[in-house]
Amino acid sequence: MSVVGVNGGRRRFLTATASVVGGVGLGFTAVPFVSSWQPSERARAIGAPVQINVSKLEPGQLVTVLWRGKPVWVVRRTPEVVDSLPALDPMLRDPDSEVAEQQPAYARNPYRSLKPEYLVLVGICTHLGCSPQYVVATRAERYDLGDDWPGGFFCPCHGSKFDLAGRVYPGVPAPTNLEVPPHRYLDGDRIEIGVDHGTGEALS
Amino acid sequence: MSWMKRAAWAAGIAAAVLAGGARAAGGDLPLLEAKVELGDRASLQRGAKLYVNYCAGCHSAQYLRFSQLGRDLGLTEDQVRANLMFATDKPGDPILATLSESDASAWFGQAPPDLSLTARSRGADWIYTYLMTFYRDEGRPFGANNLVFPDVAMPHVLVELQGVQVRKEAGGEDGHEPAARSAMELLELAESGSMSVAEYRRTVRDLVNFLVYLGEPAKLHRYTVGGWVLLFLLVFFVISRLLYKEYWKDVH
Amino acid sequence: MRWLVDWIDARFPLISLWEEHVSRYYAPKNFNFWYYFGSIALVVLVIQIVTGIWLTMNYKPSATEAFASVESIMRDVEWGWLIRYMHSTGASFFFIAVYLHMFRALIYGSYKGNRELIWLLGMFIYVILMAEAFMGYLLPWGQMSYWGAQVIISLFGAIPFGIGEALALWIRGDYVVSDATLNRFFALHVVALPLALLAVVVLHILALHEVGSNNPDGVEIKRNKGPDGTPRDGIPFHPYYTVKDLMGVTVFLFLFAIVVFFIPEFGGWFLEKDNFVPADPLRTPEHIVPLWYFTPFYAILRAIPDKLTGVLAMGASIVVLFFLPWIDRHPVKSIRYRGPLFVTLMMTFALTFVVLGYLGTQAPTRVLGELGLRFGELYFSFFVVLWLYSRERRAAAYLNTLIVMVVLVGIADVIRFDPDKLGLMVWSLLIPLVYFAVFIVGPLVSSANEPRPVPERVVYR
Repeated sequence: MSVVGVNGGRRRFLTATASVVGGVGLGFTAVPFVSSWQPSERARAIGAPVQINVSKLEPGQLVTVLWRGKPVWVVRRTPEVVDSLPALDPMLRDPDSEVAEQQPAYARNPYRSLKPEYLVLVGICTHLGCSPQYVVATRAERYDLGDDWPGGFFCPCHGSKFDLAGRVYPGVPAPTNLEVPPHRYLDGDRIEIGVDHGTGEALS
Repeated sequence: MSWMKRAAWAAGIAAAVLAGGARAAGGDLPLLEAKVELGDRASLQRGAKLYVNYCAGCHSAQYLRFSQLGRDLGLTEDQVRANLMFATDKPGDPILATLSESDASAWFGQAPPDLSLTARSRGADWIYTYLMTFYRDEGRPFGANNLVFPDVAMPHVLVELQGVQVRKEAGGEDGHEPAARSAMELLELAESGSMSVAEYRRTVRDLVNFLVYLGEPAKLHRYTVGGWVLLFLLVFFVISRLLYKEYWKDVH
Repeated sequence: MRWLVDWIDARFPLISLWEEHVSRYYAPKNFNFWYYFGSIALVVLVIQIVTGIWLTMNYKPSATEAFASVESIMRDVEWGWLIRYMHSTGASFFFIAVYLHMFRALIYGSYKGNRELIWLLGMFIYVILMAEAFMGYLLPWGQMSYWGAQVIISLFGAIPFGIGEALALWIRGDYVVSDATLNRFFALHVVALPLALLAVVVLHILALHEVGSNNPDGVEIKRNKGPDGTPRDGIPFHPYYTVKDLMGVTVFLFLFAIVVFFIPEFGGWFLEKDNFVPADPLRTPEHIVPLWYFTPFYAILRAIPDKLTGVLAMGASIVVLFFLPWIDRHPVKSIRYRGPLFVTLMMTFALTFVVLGYLGTQAPTRVLGELGLRFGELYFSFFVVLWLYSRERRAAAYLNTLIVMVVLVGIADVIRFDPDKLGLMVWSLLIPLVYFAVFIVGPLVSSANEPRPVPERVVYR
């Protein structure tokens, strides 16, 4: 062995090249392993946008659909309920939906919905994740909500109360209004949950 | 000792030949060649449509989702919905049979198998030959028998397209045929169907092509990825060889 | 960087470990093609562990879900197909690397000169690897997984006095291969055996670095040290063999990628067709074939028309390999300095192994079954000849060995005598007889087995 006449520069250059190119190769190799942690096709299929036809809904009726493993409520509100919503404003914590994350921009209105008649809400309490119950005015007694209960949602876990636009009452543990999921109308009767109104892009 | 290197190369070549030769599931009848072309997207689309129209009633393809099918075959969600899905299906759903398993067992004596992996377990050529070689046999419950799958429980669902084939020789019931003959020589068309022979062949080829895709959707892109990987390794080999030569100048 | 290394080195023998095993581990400079496979096996081990961990993230070890979860990996999980193919191809490439690595040890006598323990530890790696591969093959829960496991576990049933049946039942945890079997195989495959494998690999390398590597000339480089105390014919593993192995590994990865991306089934040799059908305890596939790396031993098992003897012979065909360092004690290590007869012996053994492997994949017809038995006899005869050659012996020793071998083969033929196969038996008897004539009588009548003088220094260029 001898080290006479070694071209140190060339040696360093080749070592560096091999290291860099090898490093790039390892980086590319890591891509499949990292991206395999993304939600699988199966998880995405389960979490895919959900369509619901609301034409058969009676006034006052609530239906629950499952979207991304969560209950989503669609409520057909009576004209009386819709008209009465603004009157509740002074009694609510966030009547004007100022917490932006709780609804898409197009649902930031007095009704918290695209069409006043239909309310779409994620049925998960903003307190600790229980699913509140739909309590119409006539059933208020059963939950001891008082005679003037105008109808809304009541969470049995810790007693949080929301009105029929999902807006939270003060003095309960839930900090914010119920979440309105991205949704859009495919036509007059069909609502698609999980796709944004306007952009038409599915939530990824 | 270069003979060792040569021996190693010889072993490698032998292995490659073995791989090419494949461990065929040695049937007596030589299979017809399916000659499918996975790159032919139009063929895959036609095949998908055929599958939904003729197969999906009884056979599920439970490992394929409509959403993936649409993406892989270059179809929009609306196209998939209009052409391939049943009204109740959702895009993320797998392709399930409309027939319930209990009904199927009652009608056919056994539940029709899921077809997701048939192309991988049987091979494309087998399916192609199978779909080409149904023939009339009044002794069977559905009046049809098959050359590569004798006494198959399935009726010939494509009969309206192919027409009715019969066996040329009488008394072929014992199943002993001269081994080296092509399957099609044993059959002749007794009643023509709505398609010509060539059209029917193309149709079956489309369907088999789709089944090959169905067996392994990743096949559509793994060759491309593989090409890039090999290219990278080739480049890296050149670098590593230069590096090796450079350092080994020290060794005398 | 420097401060970090210093910080660690003050608390952990980082630099001394690096020097002892890498930068100042002196390896002979004359390594050839055959010496890549150790590093390559190590790379495959890493590939298998990483891809295996990732597969575990989506695999479901239950009889009802296993098959579907593998298909889900192939389709639903992003890049899951690649990870799965890397793992399934890696299994076969692991055995390719290990078999070539073992053959290298055989032809260059790498278990000689205080290297017996390296070989023994290597054999433990090999046996653990076989268990690992066997249990891993059950996990996809296809037809071949299921029936392969059923057949192999039933081998234990050959042990007499009811012990075998009880043992098989205990291994399965059920009356047939079932969910319970799958679950315990899963645990062993992903936790217990990989741990054992890693531990023995470390021991294998430690033992190697204690004695030092052998080389194609079989010359002990430590016997000839320079003024600086390092072997004159040795070069530091790093950088010389790291850069060389990097090149070798790249070529290996190229071949690996060809299979992974273009022919992952490898014509049914790496992924069997029947394994794309979910396990069905009511229906056995037509041909149950173990994967190719088990078939040489499987062929020996099948060739013997008696269950217990077959199982014992198969066991013996693996166990005998453990004793190789004590069977072959010839002072000349390398095949380079042994006579042409020895070279022929080694080539014949490699051929025997390949032929047995091929026969193990074929349906046992009359002729192939008979061939299996004859080549099984050659397999074991190899070790007898190796022992015979391992030192100077008188002609009588050769003749006695010849008589014993012919008598043993004769007894076997008498026991299994079948008048229907008489012609076949007589013809095929030529195979062992020619073998004995060449390798046992050959050294007596020619000088073809004389070793040549071994040089003082290794031959380089």
